[in-house]
Amino acid sequence: MSQAIESPSYPSQQELRNAPGYPSRKRLEKGPVVAIECIEEIPCNPCEQACPQHAITIGEPITNCPHLDEDKCIGCGLCVSQCPGLAIFLIDLTHSQGSASVAFPHEYLPLPGKGQTVRAVNRAGEPICSATVVRVQNPKTNGQTPVVTVAVPRKYATEVRGILRPGR
Amino acid sequence: MRVVHHPILGDLPKVQQVRIWVDGKEITARKGEPIAAAIAAAGIKIHRYTTKREEPRGVFCSIGQCTDCVMIVNGVPNVRTCITPVTEGITVETQHGAGRGGR
Amino acid sequence: MREVDLAVVGAGPAGLTAAIEGTKRGCRTVVLDMNPRPGGQLIKQIHKFFGSREHRAGTRGIEIADSLFHEAASAGVEVMVEAEVYAIHDSTLEVVAQTNEDSLVLLSEEATTSRSRPLSIAARRIILATGGAENALNFAGWTLPGIMGAGAAQTMINLWRVLPGKKILMVGAGNVGLIISYQLIQAGGEMVAVIEATSRIGGYGVHAAKISRAGVPILTSHTIVSASGESRVERAVIAKVDASWRIVSGSEQELEVDTICIAVGLHPNARLASLAGCELCYSPGLGGWVPIHNSRMETTVSGIYIAGDLSGVEEASTALEEGRLAGICAAASLGKERAGDHDEIKAIEGRLLGLRSGPFCQHRQDAKQELIGIGEAQCPKQ
Repeated sequence: MSQAIESPSYPSQQELRNAPGYPSRKRLEKGPVVAIECIEEIPCNPCEQACPQHAITIGEPITNCPHLDEDKCIGCGLCVSQCPGLAIFLIDLTHSQGSASVAFPHEYLPLPGKGQTVRAVNRAGEPICSATVVRVQNPKTNGQTPVVTVAVPRKYATEVRGILRPGR
Repeated sequence: MRVVHHPILGDLPKVQQVRIWVDGKEITARKGEPIAAAIAAAGIKIHRYTTKREEPRGVFCSIGQCTDCVMIVNGVPNVRTCITPVTEGITVETQHGAGRGGR
Repeated sequence: MREVDLAVVGAGPAGLTAAIEGTKRGCRTVVLDMNPRPGGQLIKQIHKFFGSREHRAGTRGIEIADSLFHEAASAGVEVMVEAEVYAIHDSTLEVVAQTNEDSLVLLSEEATTSRSRPLSIAARRIILATGGAENALNFAGWTLPGIMGAGAAQTMINLWRVLPGKKILMVGAGNVGLIISYQLIQAGGEMVAVIEATSRIGGYGVHAAKISRAGVPILTSHTIVSASGESRVERAVIAKVDASWRIVSGSEQELEVDTICIAVGLHPNARLASLAGCELCYSPGLGGWVPIHNSRMETTVSGIYIAGDLSGVEEASTALEEGRLAGICAAASLGKERAGDHDEIKAIEGRLLGLRSGPFCQHRQDAKQELIGIGEAQCPKQ
């Protein structure tokens, strides 16, 4: 954690690597997979029931951190809109040549449009690269949590977690 | 500053408009909303001035517990504007002190 | 004088579930709420709740409120809104209620602003569910218009649909401060910063992460020194504090803000309970002065029960469960129990235990246990 950061208001790379919900580099290279950035023991388990492949486990007590079975995860992203903490992201390092995609929950207006160029931000909200909006999904089953997918240069896939909202 | 479009609450529904008078100025309110809501939407932040030091006060708790938002409504002082709904034609005045003839 | 078996004060989650359980067991019940709309704080919670599926995790608070109203209506619960209980004595509640618009009653020689009338209700059992109230924070300029409780800002954006201001400072990084900061952004406000006087963010990491990636700085070990402006907030001075809570000289920063939200905790709204004669005790883990209650949610005054944040500041989920418990126990004390009540009480107690487990909740479990221990000794025996 850099000295400049006053407080750990988001997980560090180290904490994420050790998190049971975070996929290995090897798995990331294979294709779409989710990254569950939930590392505190809070009473919460909707993600467990959200996965049709049963790749996410919390069990009892429900304060357990979510565990991702990265081999079961097919990268469908259904869980992204179901996490009340908005802490699940879908990463696809194989999106296209040189480009990765990151899907994240985005409960703001206005929603970006497909094909739009936006500024992608990291966990600290800092814009780090340009991105293209690949899709915006907001079916009823998302419970009003739209999921935005952006294409970014591959090297930023583990950093990008949102986009700059208009006017910022 | 009305929140017209909201990602979870949706668009502000159309409701009947109500006219109220705040310190002589006509303000458009939404039927059923608290007086303080209409006042806040009109950009007004000061509801009253305190007795001793004449300091400005406005909404603090919004749920009728603190009395910082009281104003004179239809001539009656100490009305908690955060929990009192608007009605057509009411007059609302900034309250000075206890709101009774010259404190 | 109106007579009921059960009077419930407060139509939030605790009050409504208490009334539902009482009514289902045959009590003539009335719920009284001073606000224009029922639902307590639940109707302002537009975020998805945590917890387990049986506690409606993933559902937004406002949706839980809707289904609660539906359940109450189906059970035939009577709810009076704009009805404020200002005194309780000898099992009688004194209420200021509203009439229909076409009948105006004079309380004194002057007309009241609306259609108020006094009302007395005799109740065999009373359940107080008056919730929690926000703590204030004392600093130079703290009374300026534009400085409000974080909950007040939430009322404004989610109920009144009005933004309190454009450039907002949040004081306090517990769940309330973090969640409401997020909701202020959703409503179109700009969060200039969230400051937290302790060295750690008290709320959930996922809430902090959500607003961090929205570009909101969260500054721990920072306090607010002053707020100033011409008749309204225009700027705030914040500064770093050391381990002894002293301001680190030279660390002052001036922020241009037009709104300051105070999120430094809630305390049980125990004024009416105290007026009614309930003994209070001081419990930091439950938010401050709290009416003593036993395992049946009964206070030191025979026939008066409590539930929800009034009995200790916790969550909506615990409020729903405590309300059920108080409703069942109050009805049982009138001889109106149902088969299976014993098991249902055990099930509620089990769920409450689950809701109070884990590192974030243990202090509440300990405090509740202590309070109930005192209650078992001091409150009326069955």
